[in-house]
Amino acid sequence: MSLDSSQTMTTPDGRTIGGVVMEMKHITLRFGGVVAIKDISFDIREGEIRAIIGPNGAGKSSMLNVINGFYHPQEGEVWFEGKRRKPMKPHEIAHQGIARTFQNIALFKGMTTLDNIMTGRFTRMKAPWWQQAIWAGPAEREEVANREVVEKIIDFLEIQAIRKTPVGRLPYGLQKRVELGRALGAEPRLLLLDEPMAGMNVEEKEDMSRFILDVNDEFGTTIALIEHDMGVVMDISDRVVVMDYGAKIGDGTPDEVRNNPAVIDAYLGVAHD
Amino acid sequence: MFYREAGDFKTSYAADGQTFPIAFDRWRYMIVVAIGFLAIPLFITEYMANAVLIPFLIWSVIAIGLNILTGYCGQVSLGTGGFMAVGAYACYKFMTGLDVWYVSACEGGANLFFLCTGVATYSVLFELPEFNIAFSVLMGGLTTAAVGLLFGLPSLRIKGFYLAVATLAAQFFLVWLFNKWSWAYNYSASGQINAPTRELLGFEITGPTATAEVKYLFCLTILFLMAWLARNLTRGRLGRSWMAIRDMDIAAEIIGVNPLKAKLSAFAVSSFFVGVGGALFFSVYLGAVEVGEAFGIQKSFLALFMIIIGGLGSIFGSFAGAAFIVLMPVLLKNIMVGGFGWPTDIAAHFEFIILGGLIIFFLIVEPHGLAALWRTLKEKLRLWPFPH
Ligand SMILES: Nc1ncnc2c1ncn2[C@@H]1O[C@H](COP(=O)(O)OP(=O)(O)O)[C@@H](O)[C@H]1O
Ligand SMILES: [Mg+2]
Repeated sequence: MSLDSSQTMTTPDGRTIGGVVMEMKHITLRFGGVVAIKDISFDIREGEIRAIIGPNGAGKSSMLNVINGFYHPQEGEVWFEGKRRKPMKPHEIAHQGIARTFQNIALFKGMTTLDNIMTGRFTRMKAPWWQQAIWAGPAEREEVANREVVEKIIDFLEIQAIRKTPVGRLPYGLQKRVELGRALGAEPRLLLLDEPMAGMNVEEKEDMSRFILDVNDEFGTTIALIEHDMGVVMDISDRVVVMDYGAKIGDGTPDEVRNNPAVIDAYLGVAHD
Repeated sequence: MFYREAGDFKTSYAADGQTFPIAFDRWRYMIVVAIGFLAIPLFITEYMANAVLIPFLIWSVIAIGLNILTGYCGQVSLGTGGFMAVGAYACYKFMTGLDVWYVSACEGGANLFFLCTGVATYSVLFELPEFNIAFSVLMGGLTTAAVGLLFGLPSLRIKGFYLAVATLAAQFFLVWLFNKWSWAYNYSASGQINAPTRELLGFEITGPTATAEVKYLFCLTILFLMAWLARNLTRGRLGRSWMAIRDMDIAAEIIGVNPLKAKLSAFAVSSFFVGVGGALFFSVYLGAVEVGEAFGIQKSFLALFMIIIGGLGSIFGSFAGAAFIVLMPVLLKNIMVGGFGWPTDIAAHFEFIILGGLIIFFLIVEPHGLAALWRTLKEKLRLWPFPH
């Protein structure tokens, strides 16, 4: 399939996805002798759900870390919204509208659900510190306005009952959901999810899949996600990148990827001739 | 069912976000404030003020300050005593007319930007007027904020235990500095600083003839304002960025918190509080200060004990911890010396044992301190007399 970067495209199941939001060009990332990512290129398009799959240690999380600035690749270029991105710190990238969740939950354990999501709105709040210090009109109004957005996210994720619970006390599945809420708090342009369903039971996975689809659908958020469960990936994603030992071995729609011999190899270990 | 949250519904997010969302708590708070400002000054005695009330108020300011840095932002500091000293000496300089010198003649060397490489003759360039006490205390706080910012720089690179050691270095350096730097103590022969009489609105706040109730009300007003500022800062965006850094610095970065700004602002705000506390400690409470004695390492530990016992990350806990540490020795002394007739030195030893035991207890059993015990008690009261 050949794509023009500014053109929209239609997926096999009839969804229209937009132009290129983010493009990785020939990314290579090394840790000493270990090559975590080998010359990988792919793009993420407006409004799509883009999955990154591959066995453990394939370099998927490293790729997200490159996108949000924790790792700086030795080679390659990152293009965001049509511009080449210079090396940036993670907090600067957050201000560009890229939010994420982590493979191992990274919530603010001492804070409540509400405060976690409220903290997620950090980039959306502007009142200067001295206005916060005296709780001046603009600071208070901003706090209330943002609280309203947070309440909408809480309703959306159906976590009203744990609003004021310190997140450290919540069960694993709910913590994952709150972490998604915190990322949504930023109203991101691009949302990165690192194994959002890892360690969940079937029911929790279904809930999470539904939330991801709804986020994409209702807010039009572009999503890149890493997932192990092939069933889930095939169900919810528009396009899939497959990685193995740091290299890209497949890229396309779920159907194309499913029938790709190299991918079958990597997943099933079946020899081809 | 003494204490209830049920039936106390909020119809706006502003109401839900206020400091005391529960009507009962709001009433209790107003009553405490009214007692503090109106009732206590009526029957305050010299002993009560000097042994209990004034130290409690001043230590509360300091404990809130340290709690902002350690409890809210997760950066351990053992430099509190040193920062109190900065507040005290800066306040002293502003009270007594800060003098700025320059090199008027430089023999046998080059004069580079006021720095003479040869034999220098100094002259006073200008001297500021003697400021009133409120402004001097404020300047004490602001100067300490700047110094705290400087000593906060290592926190960008090092964490936890190593940062604690770096702040310990600040503690020793600052005490050494105020011992050696004669400009700081106005060249007095004893090396001490003494608070002259200074007024505010016609009332003597400092000096030997200032009265207990005026000193008390001055400290109470400052504490009231400072606690209000701390509360506002910690419930807003800046406070959330501190807590985010404390709980998970990597996640804080990906939501847009600049660790440099969050940590340095915590150091600056915290030091401002500690500096104001140090300025009051010197000018209103002690009146005369020798730096090693008044602002030694023991003060750093005392402040740390207060927030551990009171509760890390809690403004209320800062008050509780300060009250506890100030009151406990007074109570124990009255019981052991006054009640049982024990010698004072044995009583002092017991004081240390009890304090040490309590710190171990809180660290192991209740890391969130008295503030958490208070919360638990409220939960119990809500259910009382039914167990579930
Ligand atoms: N910070 C790091 N330092 C050294 N090696 C790393 C680091 N991060 C990842 N790696 C290595 O890069 C490879 C890919 O890891 P990762 O991206 O976590 O894989 P995945 O998420 O696909 O399971 C692994 O071999 C891992 O050991
Ligand atoms: Mg991974």
